[in-house]
Amino acid sequence: MSSEIASAYQQLKETSQSRWTDLIQGDKPVIMVGTATCGRAAGALDVLESIRKTLGDDHQDIPVLEVGCIGHCYAEPLVIIAKPGGEYPPLLYGYVTPEIAQLLVRDYVFGEDPSLEFLLGAMETNELLPSMNDLPRSTYEHYIILENCGRIDPDNIDHYIATGGYGALAKSLQMQPENVVEEIKKSGLRGRGGAGFSTGAKWQICRDSESDYKYIICNADEGDPGAFMDRAILESDPHSLIEGIVIAAYAAGTQEGYVYIRAEYPLAVQRVTKAIEQARQSNLLGDNIVGSNFSFDISVFQGSGAFVCGEETALIASIEGRAGMPHHRPPFPAVNGLHGKPTIINNVKTLASVPRIIDRGADWFSGIGLNATKGTTVFALAGKITNTGLTEVPMGTTLRDVIFEIGGGIPEGRQFKAVQIGGPSGGCLPESALDLPIDFDSLRDAGAMMGSGGMVILNEDDCMVDVARYFLEFTQNESCGKCTVCRLGTKQMLNMLDDITKGEAKLEDLVTLEQLAHDIKAGSLCNLGKTAPNPVLTTLRYFRDEYEAHIHDKHCPARRCYNLMAYYILPEKCQRSCDACVGTCTVEAIYQGKTGIKVIDQDKCVKCNTCVEACPPQYNAITRISPLSELPEAMPPMEKK
Amino acid sequence: MSSITLTIDNKKVTAPEGQSILWAALDNDIYIPNLCAIRERTDPAASCRLCFVEVEGKPMPVTACTEPITEGMVVNTKGTESQSLARTALELLLASHPVDCGHCAANNSCELQKAAKHLGVKLNTKRYRKLLKELPIDDSSPIFIYDPNKCVLCGKCVWKCHELGIGAIGFAYRGFDRMVTSFAGQPIGQSNCNQCMECVSICPVGALVAKENT
Ligand SMILES: Cc1cc2nc3c(=O)[nH]c(=O)nc-3n(C[C@H](O)[C@H](O)[C@H](O)COP(=O)(O)O)c2cc1C
Ligand code: FES
Repeated sequence: MSSEIASAYQQLKETSQSRWTDLIQGDKPVIMVGTATCGRAAGALDVLESIRKTLGDDHQDIPVLEVGCIGHCYAEPLVIIAKPGGEYPPLLYGYVTPEIAQLLVRDYVFGEDPSLEFLLGAMETNELLPSMNDLPRSTYEHYIILENCGRIDPDNIDHYIATGGYGALAKSLQMQPENVVEEIKKSGLRGRGGAGFSTGAKWQICRDSESDYKYIICNADEGDPGAFMDRAILESDPHSLIEGIVIAAYAAGTQEGYVYIRAEYPLAVQRVTKAIEQARQSNLLGDNIVGSNFSFDISVFQGSGAFVCGEETALIASIEGRAGMPHHRPPFPAVNGLHGKPTIINNVKTLASVPRIIDRGADWFSGIGLNATKGTTVFALAGKITNTGLTEVPMGTTLRDVIFEIGGGIPEGRQFKAVQIGGPSGGCLPESALDLPIDFDSLRDAGAMMGSGGMVILNEDDCMVDVARYFLEFTQNESCGKCTVCRLGTKQMLNMLDDITKGEAKLEDLVTLEQLAHDIKAGSLCNLGKTAPNPVLTTLRYFRDEYEAHIHDKHCPARRCYNLMAYYILPEKCQRSCDACVGTCTVEAIYQGKTGIKVIDQDKCVKCNTCVEACPPQYNAITRISPLSELPEAMPPMEKK
Repeated sequence: MSSITLTIDNKKVTAPEGQSILWAALDNDIYIPNLCAIRERTDPAASCRLCFVEVEGKPMPVTACTEPITEGMVVNTKGTESQSLARTALELLLASHPVDCGHCAANNSCELQKAAKHLGVKLNTKRYRKLLKELPIDDSSPIFIYDPNKCVLCGKCVWKCHELGIGAIGFAYRGFDRMVTSFAGQPIGQSNCNQCMECVSICPVGALVAKENT
């Protein structure tokens, strides 16, 4: 059997390699454009069209590949140009417009000028040009899960196979399934969907469950606002995921698989569907996969997009055509899941790690990371941070390194205040937690969560009560309403937070709020409720003084809360003759004071912030004041002549 | 089926294997507050969150309706932590319940009253803000009245109606807006309800009541 699989795979690989070299034609330049959703949002499709147009009919033979997320989302659209046999390694260009794209094609693809003014860096280390690997951040990063993203053509299975793809599957099929489970256990891989449960242990439970039929589901619901790492993999490297699913299916003895993708990810649905089709054609799915006697197939299921459907029991209900509502565990899906059969549910990143582990070995994987958490983790950096976008780091990297060395710190010279980590069910950690090595357990101890890997950086302009309110409002809206404490408790909490941000709460309310938050955590039916209070509990733990200031002094330290702050024009800074603010105010709340200085009529002001944006930066005369008691008395209007 | 011996509140009791703590306790005259539990249901809804108890060896309180009994198990239904969780759940329900017992047909047979008395919670609890729904009362059935404002969403009526193969009512909407309603929200009297009154007899509060009792 073993040798048959090996030769079937060898044949497959050779076919793919020859088809791929035919396409690439060895010596021809290759142009790659990052057209994942992040690139598209920045205009990558226009860039692509401009490239195709500039190449014209005469140069149709130069391959233009649409690749996935190249990773430097802050500099989208991104274009890679490779000229085999040329002077330079493949070069990466950022902030490319259709006009720049036209220049790049004329000057570098047709000519010899690499147009260094648009260059971000070379894709490989070399003697001539700085490379992306020389960036300080790359000392901290370690790409495993995302290693193919933006580097291979997600729509062409030949590219994946030609670079060794599905080799791990062929290797697994030559092993005993138990040994594949063992290998994953030994690697220390833990689920990347949030909770960090041992992947090998989960597979073992499913494997050991007596049943004539078993399922595997890849959880690609990715409901956290601001999270898009799973989308990046689905759009950029679908075959790694499919390979991981088939290996898991073989190891745990399942016959049928689903990829549960939210319907709001149309490109991901399209690319994964196409990848499955191609895998079927290459006999990597279907009957007797690569000459083995293992048969298995996958279909895509489009989720309706409710956040709670990411919870595994709700997800299963939703595939079965029932309302997407969680039920009590146990039974766990690995014992009793889809249609009552044992079912493995794993996250996209978990499954995409699997081929790497089988390929390079458990010891290699467990050599990366820290203590009980092995391997790498992917973060989506957002908020008040210089380099937004995706990064992948070894577990155990500190928050400080991620935020300052990779993320480039806080822009505009502002101060770091907190990092909100783990999505809406995560927590807000302060400066003092920055040296925490990131892993599932350390974050949980600090009151936050690994979650899906969203990381929102906050600066001194962010009000922590308001941030907690924002995230709680999200989970409250997404609560399915089945269980009492989550349905009514989060609603009561939200009301209390509203009162606090309006300055209408009493200090005792903080005690009720905190007690209720603890009871919701302990008393909810599913993990949505069990984690929903985290943003409130962590801000109460680390930023209690801000809550107290709101209540006690009616003071919002960040001067954000609508009812507790007012706009004020500083008389010493206002240039009397400039009318910018008056002209822009939509409610005519700004008048000219006695001395010609502009004054805001607080009764009319709706705090829309447009005057602040209109005031020329060299004057910078409009500020926010909190508490309202500190607002100076308004100057009477200038007398009309 | 073999029987299992366990201790609940220092009392040795026996109950059939496979039963949950809740039914083992109730069958032995030990009350644990509950709204959503149905004996015949193999997959308990576990949604009311009133039945918390403490089990020796478990770090956290558990819901009695989902926890199967085991030989030698030691259960405490009066633990501080579990009662605090149950009280919070009950007070949340009461804060969203029009407490008007004097005019309610379920007065004195209401499970909310029973649970409140047991847990020492005032019906007019002040801990949380009153958050009431103001939904229209459905009196379209000739023999019963449905008041969604009093409904605690235990789901017993929905389960029963489906179990009987009628399926006239179900859950609609999410979160705070979740409610029991007939299909497309039409009045129950115009739905495929066959007036069997099973939902009325299973309702633990005064949300579904017979017209003759009002
Ligand atoms: C409210 C809620 C939302 C969730 N959303 C997701 C999600 O979008 N993606 C995901 O992989 N896991 C999500 N999970 C976790 C899943 O229930 C499950 O634990 C996970 O998919 C298991 O995969 P893993 O073992 O690979 O981590 C969510 C859990 C909860 C409670
Ligand atoms: S009876 Fe256990 S949760 Fe309702």
